[in-house]
Amino acid sequence: MNKKILMKGNEALAEAAIRAGCRYYFGYPITPQNEVPAYMSKRLPEVNGVFVQAESELASINMIFGAGACGARCMTSSSSPGISLMQEGISYISGAETPAVIVNMMRGGPGLGNIAPSQGDYFQAVKGGGHGDYKIIVFAPASAQEIVNFTVLAFDLTIKYRIPVMILGDGLLGQMTEPVVLPEMKEIQDDINWSICRGQDQVIIRSLYLVPENQLELHNLHLQKKYRSIEKDLNKYYEQYNANDCDYLIFAYGTTARVCKAAIDRLQKENIKIGLFRPISLWPFPKEEIISISSKIKKAFVFEMAQAQFEEDIRLSFEGKKEIKGFYKLGGAIFNDDEIYELIKKNI
Amino acid sequence: MITGKILYKRPKTLKDVNMSYCPGCSHSLMNKILCEIIDEFDIQKKTVVIAPVGCAVLLYDYIDCDSVEAAHGRAPAIATGIKRVNPDNIVISYQGDGDLLSIGMAETIHTANRGENITVVFMNNAVYGMTGGQMAPTTLVGQITKTTPSGRNPENEGYPIRACELINTLEAPYFIARCKVTNSKSIMQTKKILKKAIGYQINKKGYSFIEILSNCPTNWGMKPKDSNKWIQEVMSKYYPVKIFRDKGEA
Ligand SMILES: Cc1ncc(C[n+]2csc(CCOP(=O)(O)OP(=O)(O)O)c2C)c(N)n1
Ligand code: SF4
Repeated sequence: MNKKILMKGNEALAEAAIRAGCRYYFGYPITPQNEVPAYMSKRLPEVNGVFVQAESELASINMIFGAGACGARCMTSSSSPGISLMQEGISYISGAETPAVIVNMMRGGPGLGNIAPSQGDYFQAVKGGGHGDYKIIVFAPASAQEIVNFTVLAFDLTIKYRIPVMILGDGLLGQMTEPVVLPEMKEIQDDINWSICRGQDQVIIRSLYLVPENQLELHNLHLQKKYRSIEKDLNKYYEQYNANDCDYLIFAYGTTARVCKAAIDRLQKENIKIGLFRPISLWPFPKEEIISISSKIKKAFVFEMAQAQFEEDIRLSFEGKKEIKGFYKLGGAIFNDDEIYELIKKNI
Repeated sequence: MITGKILYKRPKTLKDVNMSYCPGCSHSLMNKILCEIIDEFDIQKKTVVIAPVGCAVLLYDYIDCDSVEAAHGRAPAIATGIKRVNPDNIVISYQGDGDLLSIGMAETIHTANRGENITVVFMNNAVYGMTGGQMAPTTLVGQITKTTPSGRNPENEGYPIRACELINTLEAPYFIARCKVTNSKSIMQTKKILKKAIGYQINKKGYSFIEILSNCPTNWGMKPKDSNKWIQEVMSKYYPVKIFRDKGEA
């Protein structure tokens, strides 16, 4: 096994992408993810890869549309305002079914907001921020090691399903230095017999379906079928922390979930039976698991750095059967464990 | 059986289908010229055409090459992605004036400025064809369109943008030319220039920008013949037909 090394989340992500076979990166600078393009610009030429600093996020997402149409493992990264600009392209890529890994290290919004960590782009990521009926796979890691693991998985899945995969982190995760174990450099042999530039009969990569009249409907039904099968395949990405046999369960993801764990440790010492359920894939959402666990508890808490966005999916899973109390931090503010501890004490 | 010499036939790369372009439109002519050049270089299997948003949105239904359909204005960014992955493929970004100079201006300028080794075919017909003849960045002063009912007024709408002249301020582009396709002489000249541009791409020389003064008989409210006359007499006065830069000849 490879040695543990210390790396910033953003750099660990970039190196993991390269080891997962990513040789094409297109991006536009924005804080708090600037370490990703900086790292890629240095590292990609060493492995015969291509780094292009695009003129905008509109351009970077379309550059990975082009690279993805060739069946290449390619990536772009940005933070909230830049991801908003990419929504058009994400919709086109979804319609055209090409691979793309997209990283969003979320920052405070709306608008230019600030550069502090946030989870305010949950809806945009999970419910589809662009036009039309589409889904993208969204992973929310909570440590540098998980950033590495899920970045590697993201490339395999985007090639397998030809669907955009998003790594949804936040400024804190991207900037934090932590020990990670990196995987070996992957030998890539992707089955891309659907892609352009193979010198075969004409291949058209498109999202326009005009004739016959029901063509687009059929295409959408095909996409939905694919989404249902992805939901079935990817239902195992969540973490449970002391979640067996508890009265209270906290639901949180990413950075927030990590802070919750510290509070849970303290509460447990006082014999309060409380645990954590942390979805790692936000789409597909581990709904079945949440439904089954919801029947075993008295009350649920939700913590997120956004106004009841993630909570909405918890509520949909709970179907009103148990009480849910949500706590939110907005505009780049973050929770600390004392605060979570106090809030839980007051509300049980 | 009829025997004899074949003087003219449909290029292999041009599909044997009805085009959805209006009769007499420059798009159909340029699609054909492009296919002729692709055949002459024998690059059908390695050419990728980017279909733009605009009247040429179904380009891949006529040109039998690999194709990616772009969002409005984003064709050069997609072309960049493809070319960076497959430098030996021939990538052609085919775009109208709204696509290239309005919504896609940033992509246009920066792709040119990076000197991407692609060929841009710019169909300048001075209107938005597909959406029904609204003002384009290239609409002439005084020209009546759906959104300039009293004629383009520079005080409100600014002046028409000259694309070749703009691109010509950049260092990287290799070949920049403006052509027209109004009569057989200019059609042959245009084909020669476009063939040169694609030849440059094959030889990895760099970015070429080929503007074609095109007609839109439908939205100009003219017969095709009159529309060509208008290009000749009015449009080419503001947009001079010439080679702006040819690093291959320098
Ligand atoms: C984002 C977006 N905005 C607007 C449109 C609508 N639209 C379709 S074609 C077009 C104009 C195209 O004009 P031009 O580029 O000049 O090409 P032409 O049709 O004249 O060949 C517009 C505005 C669109 N498809 N996408
Ligand atoms: S609307 Fe104009 S540009 Fe479009 S196909 Fe018809 S004539 Fe050509």
